[in-house]
Amino acid sequence: MTESGVETAAEPGRTARVVLVDDHRMFRTGVRAEIGRTETTGIDVVGEADDVESAVQVVAETRPDVVLLDVHLPGGGGVEVLRRSAPLMGESGGVRFLALSVSDAAEDVIGVIRGGARGYVTKTITGTDLVNAIFRIADGDAVFSPRLAGFVLDAFAATDTPPVDEDLDRLTQREREVLRLIARGYAYKEIAKQLFISVKTVESHVSAVLRKLQLSNRHELTRWAAARRLV
Amino acid sequence: MAAPDTRPSAPETAAGDPATAEPLPYRRLYRSPRGRILGGVAHGLAVHLGLPVAWVRIAFILLFFTEGIGALLYAAFWVVVPLGIGEPAPGSADRWVYTRGGFVRAGAGDGGGEISKGASGRAGRLRELVQRSFHGETDRDPAAEPGAVGASGASAAGAGDTKRGGGLGQLFALLALVIGLMALLSALGIQTAKPYVWPLLAVGVGVALVWRQADDSRWQRWFGLEDGSRKSRAYLRIGAGVLLVLVGIVVFFILQGHASPLALVIESIVAVLAGCLVLVGPYALRLWQDLGDERTARIRAQERAEIAAHVHDSVLHTLTLIQRRAEDPKEVLRLARAQERELRLWLYRPEAVAEAAPDTLAERIRSVVAEVEDRHGVPVELVCVGDCPMDEKISAQMQAAREAMVNAAKYGGGGPVQVYAEVEGRTVSVFVRDHGPGFDPDDLPEDRMGVRESIIGRMRRNGGTAKVRPAPDGGTEVELEMERADD
Repeated sequence: MTESGVETAAEPGRTARVVLVDDHRMFRTGVRAEIGRTETTGIDVVGEADDVESAVQVVAETRPDVVLLDVHLPGGGGVEVLRRSAPLMGESGGVRFLALSVSDAAEDVIGVIRGGARGYVTKTITGTDLVNAIFRIADGDAVFSPRLAGFVLDAFAATDTPPVDEDLDRLTQREREVLRLIARGYAYKEIAKQLFISVKTVESHVSAVLRKLQLSNRHELTRWAAARRLV
Repeated sequence: MAAPDTRPSAPETAAGDPATAEPLPYRRLYRSPRGRILGGVAHGLAVHLGLPVAWVRIAFILLFFTEGIGALLYAAFWVVVPLGIGEPAPGSADRWVYTRGGFVRAGAGDGGGEISKGASGRAGRLRELVQRSFHGETDRDPAAEPGAVGASGASAAGAGDTKRGGGLGQLFALLALVIGLMALLSALGIQTAKPYVWPLLAVGVGVALVWRQADDSRWQRWFGLEDGSRKSRAYLRIGAGVLLVLVGIVVFFILQGHASPLALVIESIVAVLAGCLVLVGPYALRLWQDLGDERTARIRAQERAEIAAHVHDSVLHTLTLIQRRAEDPKEVLRLARAQERELRLWLYRPEAVAEAAPDTLAERIRSVVAEVEDRHGVPVELVCVGDCPMDEKISAQMQAAREAMVNAAKYGGGGPVQVYAEVEGRTVSVFVRDHGPGFDPDDLPEDRMGVRESIIGRMRRNGGTAKVRPAPDGGTEVELEMERADD
């Protein structure tokens, strides 16, 4: 990312309503301070929650664009929030979840992605990147951390047997390439530069990967995770 | 958006293609050093073709009786085909393994177990007997093969019992076999038709002896089996072989009726040989010495480069850290002590270093990342896809990766260093990326050893490649690619 400041993320006049779910008050305060300056970042923090109960309630009440969801929460964890908020995750205009966790363990990542989160970033992310990620999620795209990209590549590479539905299950060459660059620490913009495609195309590749992950690859991911005794 | 194929040589161009990721194993023909009787040709061919060894042997024997073509073929294979270092590992698919009573396909595992049991049963027992009497694996003359099967073991099995003991025993065995074969051949009436069969046979036996010895010595040099008693036996064998060849040639000439000028011919040959020796000897000696010197120098240079790289990676970096933290005596002490311990271990107990090291790639790179993080206080994010056992080449790659991480931690502006490791087929690639100011590897001064020797040089010495390039939006990326060693 460039160092030109947090405000580069927002298109003029564009805002996103965000709910923060995390059991550490310090962290919520920090994130709010970092991204919650609506006039510069375009992000409006409309609610906070610190456990599963309150999270489900706040999300249902406020209907935000994006929920920043911690994976480890008292009362069942982020996966439980996702399960109980499933009716709100409509195709368009629904609530979207971005997992934000200090953990980058495989079982956490896989759990929330299967639960329906549209992206996964770790808490080491910079404010700028987080704002970017929130707007991407709000637009319906997926956001992958390098770590998550690695898990996906690993899961697809570990299944050598041809799956039943090739079209759905296989990652295309380009999607693999994009994932590999994400895993190498490239930002979407850098990937676009490297592959001579537009950032929008990169985003659509990433979304396609996420769709494949959620729709058709559960069994593979589960098998992969089970083989490593993760689930 | 340009077409995909117009983009420059991105590192991913070849990677990830499922069609090329796992190429079909390319099978080469090797002579098999294991379980061989003579040169390992039959065994090697059998493994290559996926046939039972006995069939190949029988084919050779049958061919031998058609004007000796079998022997010629065998000799040709012996000379041309290399001894199998790269033969399929025991237990891999399509390999025929001899077990008591039959040839069994190992690995493939389906119903092919008992194929050719009848054919191989007797021959197998015979072979076992012969091999045991030769201390598991020594030599045997080419005539033993036809003798053993053709005479249904009458002569060969009898000879087998007398074959215990060292080099002398082997010679006796050889003689017994030759006599048995003579009996067989004269019984078949070949003797009367072709009187020169004997000397030719002697020559063949001698040549086989010498070749087999040369083969064995190569085999032993690779696997360090050389010892004194073996050596003396080897000389004995070579001597016997040469003697046999000479006798064979002389007898051949006598039988052909050229006995009278023979003495003259031998005299002139000896004279010419002596002349050649006097003329060429010093040069040959010199050449031989030069070759040895050159080899030693090369090994030394390589060793030196490795040591320099290691010292750079560990000692020099620690010294830099010590300089930076000179005002903190405790920290300096800790660094110095840790470095001393590490260097001692590396210098004096290299096997301990190897033992302590984790044995898979993912574990190893994780520990390397942790170490760099600890020592330099810069977060290192690791993504590791796939895993594989460690080998020497990957070890070198990990050292290079460590150096790249250290560089990224030191000069990468303090931001997180991103490391991506991937095992794809036999290729292991590692990418180390920082978000620092970046630098141009072409502007590197000659005396900067870190990138040049510790990363690029080390990878090249171990058969891999390293690329250092600026990342698209600032920072530097180091790409390390290595093929795994054969296992």
